[in-house]
Amino acid sequence: MVDIPLDQVAGIPPAEVGEVELYHPRSWWTRYVFSQDAKVIAVQYSITAMSIGMVALVLSWMMRLQLGFPGTFSFIDANQYLQFITMHGMIMVIYLLTALFLGGFGNYLIPLMVGARDMVFPYVNMLSYWVYLLAVLVLAATFFVPGGPTGAGWTLYPPQAILSGTPGQDWGIVFMLASLILFIIGFTMGGLNYVVTVLQARTRGMTLMRLPLTVWGIFTATVMALLAFPALFVASVMLLLDRLLGTSFFMPTLVEMGQLSKYGGGSPILFQHLFWFFGHPEVYIVALPAFGIISDLISTHARKNIFGYRMMVWAIVAIGALSFVVWAHHMYVSGMHPYFGFFFATTTLIIAIPTAIKVYNWVLTLWRGDIHLTVPMLFALGFIVTFVNGGLTGLFLGNVVVDVPLSDTMFVVAHFHMVMGIAPIMAVFGGIYHWYPKVTGRMLNDVLGKFHFWVTFIGAYAVFFPMHYLGLLGMPRRYHDIGETSFVPASAHDLNAFMSVAALIVGFAQLVFLFNLVWSLFKGKEAGGNPWGATSLEWQTPETPPGHGNWGKELPIVYRWAYDYSVPGAARDFVPQNEPPSGVVAQGAHP
Amino acid sequence: MSAIILFMATIAAIAGWWLSQQRLAAKPWLEEGVAVDFRGERGSSVPPAKIGLGVFLAVVGSLFALLISAYSMRNTMVDWRELPLPKLLWINTGVLIISSAALQWSLMAARRSDDEAMLVGLLVGGASAVTFLAGQLVVWQQLNVAGYVVASNPANSFFYLITALHGLHLIGGLVALGRTSAKVWRGAPMVRVRLSVELCAIYWHFLLLVWLVLLGLLTGWTENFVNICRQLLT
Repeated sequence: MVDIPLDQVAGIPPAEVGEVELYHPRSWWTRYVFSQDAKVIAVQYSITAMSIGMVALVLSWMMRLQLGFPGTFSFIDANQYLQFITMHGMIMVIYLLTALFLGGFGNYLIPLMVGARDMVFPYVNMLSYWVYLLAVLVLAATFFVPGGPTGAGWTLYPPQAILSGTPGQDWGIVFMLASLILFIIGFTMGGLNYVVTVLQARTRGMTLMRLPLTVWGIFTATVMALLAFPALFVASVMLLLDRLLGTSFFMPTLVEMGQLSKYGGGSPILFQHLFWFFGHPEVYIVALPAFGIISDLISTHARKNIFGYRMMVWAIVAIGALSFVVWAHHMYVSGMHPYFGFFFATTTLIIAIPTAIKVYNWVLTLWRGDIHLTVPMLFALGFIVTFVNGGLTGLFLGNVVVDVPLSDTMFVVAHFHMVMGIAPIMAVFGGIYHWYPKVTGRMLNDVLGKFHFWVTFIGAYAVFFPMHYLGLLGMPRRYHDIGETSFVPASAHDLNAFMSVAALIVGFAQLVFLFNLVWSLFKGKEAGGNPWGATSLEWQTPETPPGHGNWGKELPIVYRWAYDYSVPGAARDFVPQNEPPSGVVAQGAHP
Repeated sequence: MSAIILFMATIAAIAGWWLSQQRLAAKPWLEEGVAVDFRGERGSSVPPAKIGLGVFLAVVGSLFALLISAYSMRNTMVDWRELPLPKLLWINTGVLIISSAALQWSLMAARRSDDEAMLVGLLVGGASAVTFLAGQLVVWQQLNVAGYVVASNPANSFFYLITALHGLHLIGGLVALGRTSAKVWRGAPMVRVRLSVELCAIYWHFLLLVWLVLLGLLTGWTENFVNICRQLLT
C-alpha cells in the first residue's frame, strides 16, 4: 500500500446533499408505481422482464415438444412453430436479457455502487420504464392480433418477413416492429441516465479505476447499446415503411403467390447489414454486464481480490470497441465478397484475445482462493464453464470455411444458446441470488437455490450439448419437422426426444426459482446489511433495503478499490470501500 | 457502411481521448485514501444535463450516419431515379440557419443576463423552426403533386424518410424550447435558465449541421466530393 500522508486526508469534509436535490414521493402511487427512484424502477424492470421471459420459456417448451415428438401435438403446426421460435428469440434477447441487465441490474446497482443518491435524470428514468412496458405490451398483443405474431425468425429478414406465406404477415410484423421502435426509444432514455450517472454522479474518491467491474460492464454495454440500437431503429422503420407504405428499401423485385409484387429493386442485404450492425454488439451488450457481475461474484465469494483488475477494465473497453467491426460474420453465406469474409473472420478471432484474458483472470482469481460454494458462486462457476464452451464453438463459426457448412444448422443454435443464452442467464441468476438480500433484506432459500442451480446447469447441458452433434450431422434449424432424410439417423430422433424432456425439466426448475423469490420475500432468513462480507458500496448503506436517497445524511467517501479481500493484517477478511485508512477519521462516516 | 464506420471511428477517438485522461493505468490496489484522486474524482464540472445532451447527440448522430450508410448503399442500385429537389428547400435551409443563429444570439444575451433579448431570441428561434417545418411540409406537398410519391422510387422514399426523421427531432427540440421559453416568461432566475438556453442552442446547431450534411447527400454534392477525393487519391 502506498501510504498517503495523514495531513492530506485528515480534513475531508462530509458531503451533505441539500434536501432540495432529492426527489420526494408524495403518495403511494408516486412511491411504488410512477416512482422516480431508481431502485423501484429496477424492480419494475426486472418483474416485467421476467414475466415476459416466462412467456418465452413456455414458447421454448412448445418448440421442444414439437422437435422431440413431431406430429404428436395437434396444437403446434408449421406456422405456429415459426411464430414460437421468432417470439422466443426476440423476447429472450431483447425484452428479457437486455432489459434485465441494463434496466434491472443497471438501475439498481449503478447509483448504489458509485455512491450516488439516484440516477441523474430520475424523471426520464421513470419514462424509460413506462415506454419499455408499453413496448412489452405491444409485443404481447401480437399473440392476439389476427394472424398471430410474426414467424419471420428473430432476425426478421426481408423479403420473407413481410411476404404472404409468412405467418403474422398482416399484423404480427407491424406490431413487432412498432414494439422494437418503442423499446429503443425507452432504452435510450434509460441509457442516457446510466452513462451520465457513472460519469457525473460518482461520490468523492470514486475514480473510474475504483469502480466495481459490474459498473464497468454495465457502463460499457450501455454506451454500446446507445450507439448500436439506432441501427435496429433505422432497419425497423424502413421495414415498417416497406410493409405499410409499399416502399422498396429492402424488398427486391419478386413474384408473390404467382403475381409480380408491388415491390422492386430493394436490397435484403442492406437489412442484414443494418440488423447485424446492431445484432453483433447486442451479443456483448448482454455479455459485458454478465462479465462484470461474474467478476464481482467470484471475487466476493472466493474472498480474494480480482486478478488483473486493470486488464479486466481494458478488456471490457476493447471488447466493446471491437464488437462494432465484426457484424458481417453473421453474413458469410449472404453472398458477400470473400475478402470481406476474411476481414471479418480476422476481427472476430481478435475478440477472442480480450475475452480469453477475462476468462484467465477469473480462473486466476479462483486459484488458491477461499472459495465459498454459495449459490451465487455456483452460478458464477457455471457461467465460466458455459461461456468457455460457447466461446470455443464461436471460434468454429467465426471461420468462413467452417461456418459455411455449419450455417443454419442446429450447431449455430447450440453455439448461441451456450454463449448468449445459458451463460448470461447464469449471470442473471447469480446476480439475483447475490443482491436479493440487499433488495429485500432477506436471503433466498439456500436449498431451493442449490436445487435450482444443479437442475438448470445439468439440464441446460443435456439440452445443448447433444444439439452440437445434431448440427454436425446437418440437421437444419427453423424446421418444424425434419421428416425422412438420409443424413439424419433414427437415433437422432431419440436424442431430440431426450433433449425435449431435459428442456421441460429445466423449465420447471425455473418455477422453483420464482417460488423461491416470492417465498423468501416473506419467510426468508433476515440478511442484515452485508451478508456476504462484500466490499463495494451498495453493501455499506445505512439501511437495508436502502432507503430514500440511498445514503443517510452524507454521501460515502471512497478510500480504496472494490476488491480488498483477505488483506494481510486487516481485522476482517474484507475492507469496505468507504473504510478510511487506519488513522484517518472521516467526519460522519458510517460504521 | 462507410458513413457509420467513419462516425464510429470519430466516437471511438473521442472516447479514447477521454479515457486517456482517466488514469486507466493506475494501480488501484496500491492506492489507498482520497488524496490520490482529488484530480477529476467527481467527473468534470460540466453539468450532467449537458453531458446527457452530448451523449444523446451521439445517439442521434449514429442514427443519421446509419441512414446515410443505407442511402449510399441503396442509391447504387439500378432502379434509383434522383428526384428534383424543389427550390423551396433552399429557403427552408436559410430559415433553419436563422433559427440557429437566433438561439445563439439568445444564448449570448443569456450570458450577459439580458432577459428581454434572450426571450426575443428564443421566440424568433422557435418561430423560424416552426416555419422551417411548415416549409418542409410544403416541399412534401409539392413533390406529391408533381407525382413523386413516397413509394414510387427509393430516392423518394429516402427523401421523405430522412426529412421526416430530421423534422421529428426538431419537433422534440421545440418541446424543450417551449418549456425553456415558458420558464423565462414566468421569470425564473437567470442561473437556471441559462443552461436550458445553452442546451437548446447546442441541439439546434447540431440539427442544422445534420441538415446541411443531409442536404449535401440529397443534392449529390457529397457524392461528387467523395468522388473527387477518390480521384485525387488514386
